[in-house]
Amino acid sequence: MLKRRIIPIELLNRGRLIKTVKFSAPRDVGSPVKSSKVYSDQDADELVLLNIDRDNRCPKPLVAEVARISRECFVPLTVGGGITRVRDAADLFAAGADKVLINTAAYTNPCLITKITEIYGQQAVVVGIDTQKQGGEYVLYSDCGRRRESASLAEHVVAMVAARAGEIMIQSIDHDGTMQGYDLELLSMVSSMTLIPVIAAGGAGDFADLRAAFDVGIDAAACGSLFNFGDNNPLRAKAFLKNYDIPLKRI
Amino acid sequence: MSIGVVDIGIGNIGSLRGALESQGWDLQLVTTGDDLKEIGHLLLPGVGAFGAAMKRLNSAGLIEPIRAYAASGRPLLGICLGMQLLAGRGVEGGETEGLGLILGSVLPLEGRTSRRLPHVGWNEMNRRRDHPLLDGIKAGVDFYFVHSYSFEPEDVNDILATTDYGIEYTSVVGRNNIIGVQFHPEKSQRNGLRLLDNFCLWDGTC
Repeated sequence: MLKRRIIPIELLNRGRLIKTVKFSAPRDVGSPVKSSKVYSDQDADELVLLNIDRDNRCPKPLVAEVARISRECFVPLTVGGGITRVRDAADLFAAGADKVLINTAAYTNPCLITKITEIYGQQAVVVGIDTQKQGGEYVLYSDCGRRRESASLAEHVVAMVAARAGEIMIQSIDHDGTMQGYDLELLSMVSSMTLIPVIAAGGAGDFADLRAAFDVGIDAAACGSLFNFGDNNPLRAKAFLKNYDIPLKRI
Repeated sequence: MSIGVVDIGIGNIGSLRGALESQGWDLQLVTTGDDLKEIGHLLLPGVGAFGAAMKRLNSAGLIEPIRAYAASGRPLLGICLGMQLLAGRGVEGGETEGLGLILGSVLPLEGRTSRRLPHVGWNEMNRRRDHPLLDGIKAGVDFYFVHSYSFEPEDVNDILATTDYGIEYTSVVGRNNIIGVQFHPEKSQRNGLRLLDNFCLWDGTC
């Protein structure tokens, strides 16, 4: 049977990893290669590496970082941040990425997703969706949370599935970095909108939050703060989750 | 004789190289038919779509040389899309002829299982019989899968292992010196590395 996944998220800014709260207030949390190696040793199921440098959206620095990381860790790697052309994706795959994550370009150029999947397969593209709850509605944002998009959550999910995205990573901007738990209503909603795998992001603060996400039907739980601050790591998270019959990777 | 890895310029060769090199194996990239002369173990990795990959193999003039390599009895390992390319035909991106080294077709998982697709993540392979490739690997351990199609061989004896994802689909095929795995051993940590070691030590007989 397919296991649930625990996925550390690494946010990259000018060669360093950082962590945010509600997409602001960045704090330095270390070196990408060291961090990736540690996560890999701690039983992470995949890694997500995102370039969130707001002043430089060019994927080139990401390519170099991916090459360095994939030389030392052999854990499945999803990489994103500023991908706007098929060439960007090609360079990242050649450097060692297994999947690419596309957020902003998905609104302006959904064909990009289709073109990438035609060459690399449907499973090669993860669509990242960032959302903030406003007046009871989920409003979508692109460009590192700077641009408000007019598409509704439902419309965008449908469009992404039609464009042949392989997975969706749904992130709550409100919950990001707060460590108060995922937005379970959001996860439930997105999970029921599509038959492609859904990855939760934004808000995990303790292991019970991971359990809650899996209980609403999410396939994978992505975490930033949970593993950056304090003694928590994927190994410990899995030891906790084993008590609740959540199927996890066995090696 | 060296270990060769086919490189058709799509997908992630880096991880496979890194995994093999970390285990102490020296390897050569294979980009033309001539490169195959000195190869004693050949890996055919793959990330991507069936049609696109066969096109590239064709442009590189690698199709006949790979078939000849296989006929020579030297070990050949197809990984993920590489396993699927061993088949007679695939339907992704329009019906395309594969390498035809193990008879069968590559079919979408969609319509055969009601589970979420693509199949992404860690899952087990349930072996039907032993094989040198699987030596020392315990039953019930997980490997990393990321795919939407599966290769179903015509001869059931070519099915070495299946995986449960709503249906039991074929996840490892093997016929004589040719073997294919649907999962990514280079991403599957110690069991995957063990499998790669087993392959590099295998003489192609079973």
